[in-house]
Amino acid sequence: MNLPVEPNATQTKLPLEFTDNHESLKILGFWSFLATDLLLFASLFAVYAVYQSRIGMAGPSPDQLFKLGPAVVETLLLLTSSFTCGLAVYEMRHGHKTGTIAWLIVTILLGIGFVTTEIREFVSYIALGDSWHHSAFLSAFFTLVGTHGAHVSFGILWAITLIIQLAGRGLTTITTRKMYMFALYWHFLDIIWVFIFTVVYLNGKI
Amino acid sequence: MSSLLAQLFPPSTTRNMELSADVLIILTSAAIIYYLTRWHRWKYLWREWLTTVDHKKIGIMYLIAAVTMLFRGGVDALLLRAQLAVPNNHFLGPLHYDEIFTTHGTIMIFFMAMPLIFAMFNIAIPLMIGARDVAFPRLNAISFWLFAFAGFLFNISFVIGGSPNAGWTSYPPLTELAFNPGVGQNYYLMALIVTGIGTTATGINFLVTILRMRAPGMTLMRMPMFAWTTLVTSVLILFAFPPLTVAMVLTLFDRLFGTAFFTIGRGGMPMMYVNLFWLFGHPEVYILVLPSFGIFSEVVATFSRKKLFGYSTMVYSVLAITFLSYGTWVHHFFTMGAGAAVNVFFGLSTILIAIPTGIKIFNWIFTMWNGRIKMTVAMMWALAFIPTFVVGGATGVMLGAVPADYQFHNSYFLIAHFHNVIIGGTVFGLLSGVYYWWPKMTGRLLNERQGKWAFWLFFLGFWVTFMPQYALGFMGMTRRMYTYSHGFGWSSLNLMSTIGAFVMGAGFVVMVYNFVWSQIHGEIDVTGDPWDGRTLEWSTPSPAPEYNFARIPVVTDRDAWWAIKQDHKSNVIQIKPQEIQDIELPKSSAIPFLMGLSFFVFSVGMVFSWWWIAVVGFLGFVVCMLVGTFDYDDHKEVPRQVIQNTESALGRLQG
Repeated sequence: MNLPVEPNATQTKLPLEFTDNHESLKILGFWSFLATDLLLFASLFAVYAVYQSRIGMAGPSPDQLFKLGPAVVETLLLLTSSFTCGLAVYEMRHGHKTGTIAWLIVTILLGIGFVTTEIREFVSYIALGDSWHHSAFLSAFFTLVGTHGAHVSFGILWAITLIIQLAGRGLTTITTRKMYMFALYWHFLDIIWVFIFTVVYLNGKI
Repeated sequence: MSSLLAQLFPPSTTRNMELSADVLIILTSAAIIYYLTRWHRWKYLWREWLTTVDHKKIGIMYLIAAVTMLFRGGVDALLLRAQLAVPNNHFLGPLHYDEIFTTHGTIMIFFMAMPLIFAMFNIAIPLMIGARDVAFPRLNAISFWLFAFAGFLFNISFVIGGSPNAGWTSYPPLTELAFNPGVGQNYYLMALIVTGIGTTATGINFLVTILRMRAPGMTLMRMPMFAWTTLVTSVLILFAFPPLTVAMVLTLFDRLFGTAFFTIGRGGMPMMYVNLFWLFGHPEVYILVLPSFGIFSEVVATFSRKKLFGYSTMVYSVLAITFLSYGTWVHHFFTMGAGAAVNVFFGLSTILIAIPTGIKIFNWIFTMWNGRIKMTVAMMWALAFIPTFVVGGATGVMLGAVPADYQFHNSYFLIAHFHNVIIGGTVFGLLSGVYYWWPKMTGRLLNERQGKWAFWLFFLGFWVTFMPQYALGFMGMTRRMYTYSHGFGWSSLNLMSTIGAFVMGAGFVVMVYNFVWSQIHGEIDVTGDPWDGRTLEWSTPSPAPEYNFARIPVVTDRDAWWAIKQDHKSNVIQIKPQEIQDIELPKSSAIPFLMGLSFFVFSVGMVFSWWWIAVVGFLGFVVCMLVGTFDYDDHKEVPRQVIQNTESALGRLQG
């Protein structure tokens, strides 16, 4: 292989958000926060893993409770939103403000789709009388999946404040740093969801 | 109306002791308000302290809060010891005794030791590593206000609504609503959740500060030992607090929303709580003691006028302790029946920790070997630590031996052990740090003679209090029993322990007198380097100016300031006017205080299940977040003329 090595400006240049020391520090801080959040979910997963078989006297088992339909829809929506969030960062790295905002709006819409589907799923369980009072399994299920849903809802509000700042201030070291942190957060929630889908829904249906 | 009053003031808040506390609280608050109004100090308080983001001032606020909490926790301790002084005593009733040992333990761990540690971090770390502030100054202030309001919330429980009474570990099912009605336990849960968020943020803050903001030339292996222990403590905090938060939130859900996490009838398991709690709790022990290990390393080296012996083994043993501390949590419940194999694993990992800890003890002793030891109060605390901690560590190994633990478990032997390590390790270390860094904080030296009185009272009082408790444990006295009969032969040992506790109390009073007296009459530290120190904080004036360093120092060696002095280059702290540049500093902000207040309002709503108040508090938090995210004006420039004037007033201007 004897490809010519061209000095490519876009490859050697630091992304905007890393050029300012203050902003770059915040990105490291945010990674540390994600570590603590990961452990929060790890604890909840541990609780769920132990409690999934502890269904009390009459309560439904995971197999009886779950419907895969909504879970698959939620998975598709959230995974797609992670992709569109990646596209938003791609546009940002190329200095396109409008593209960034556009993909961010698509991400938010998919996120809202995810949250509403999840709420409808929860309501359908509760309508059957399977609320989180009934068994340790149901308490653990609603707490684990609900905590993730609350994180996604917070992310949606965060993205809205980001759009306002991006629209008003353009791509600066500060706004790109915030956008990059949001993207880390969003992908993180996506990974957590992959585990929820596997551990909670697929495992529950076996 | 009457039902509201009954909820706010249940019978446990209308005993004579609580009512007299009410009177004292009202009088003290009135005195403070009168003082602030009479001398027009409200504006000053708000501008200079409540809204500050300066790490040095936040450190001082942590210190004041910690000393106040030491008073509250100490009064609790004296009440407990007064009750146990003689057999068949009815000074406190059984429920009252439960409440007081619960608040004693919780306050001492979460609202005394933790803030005192953060006081040391804030006061020393940025100066030590040559930084102008921490990585996230506003987040630092948020951490403080979350802690302060959580502490306030926890402390009002005993006069409004009733104290928690299930012990500092608060195991279910005793904490479930069916067995523990009333709001006391809600106070405990909300206070720990809120202060836990603040603590996690502090961990993130100091991790990033130390990793990314060290002065040029200060590699990781050139960092002062205290910076190392702060770094690993921060990592421990990041990994330890999430399980605690989960344990607290799940209990809260059980109590407030009727979930079934820890109710056996619906499939819940109390042991789940115990595991989550100690997944936090054991690393927490090292969160408490490692900062002290760092302080001892600084103090022993400084007052022996020698460099720290075995620096790299110190670093590796700290890292080994960090790693091992995650594999030991089950030793808090060997008797719960996890089986022989599990117990042996956790017994061995517990005993293994003694090895790196022993290495550190030897390193401190070898640092002193052939040194020119100067007996300051800070050094005396460090010296007192060594025998005290060795006894505590040895009894810890005894507790870690599984078969023996079945005998010692939850007896006074355990009580004596953990007071031996937490007072002998954490508190002695932090007090050593207070005496060591006090001049850097305040610009005045603490009076050494008064300090020595405080030291001897506290130190001797400590041994008199806790050594009899080992014997009492062997004789069968279990923890948390509120009284005992004549015939057990425990009476004289208990009386001795109580006398010791009051001697420690006297030591505390002398110490506070020492702080106050020295603030008024103490010798002024003009050099900024009263101990002939080794690390960079001693190259700054006492107290350091707002921007810490007019010019960021360049580090070429371990013990950077000592190396500079040995090379006769200490005039590097003199700066030429033309070298001075503008300095960017974080701007004061009301958001951290208001955010703490919002969390407080939210917590009150949760504690009493007044949902609309909880919603108001939550909205306050959202507004603070929104204002914060749209606030781009969080920095200010200190113009070079101001810096030049400051440096010139400090006598640090060249030419």
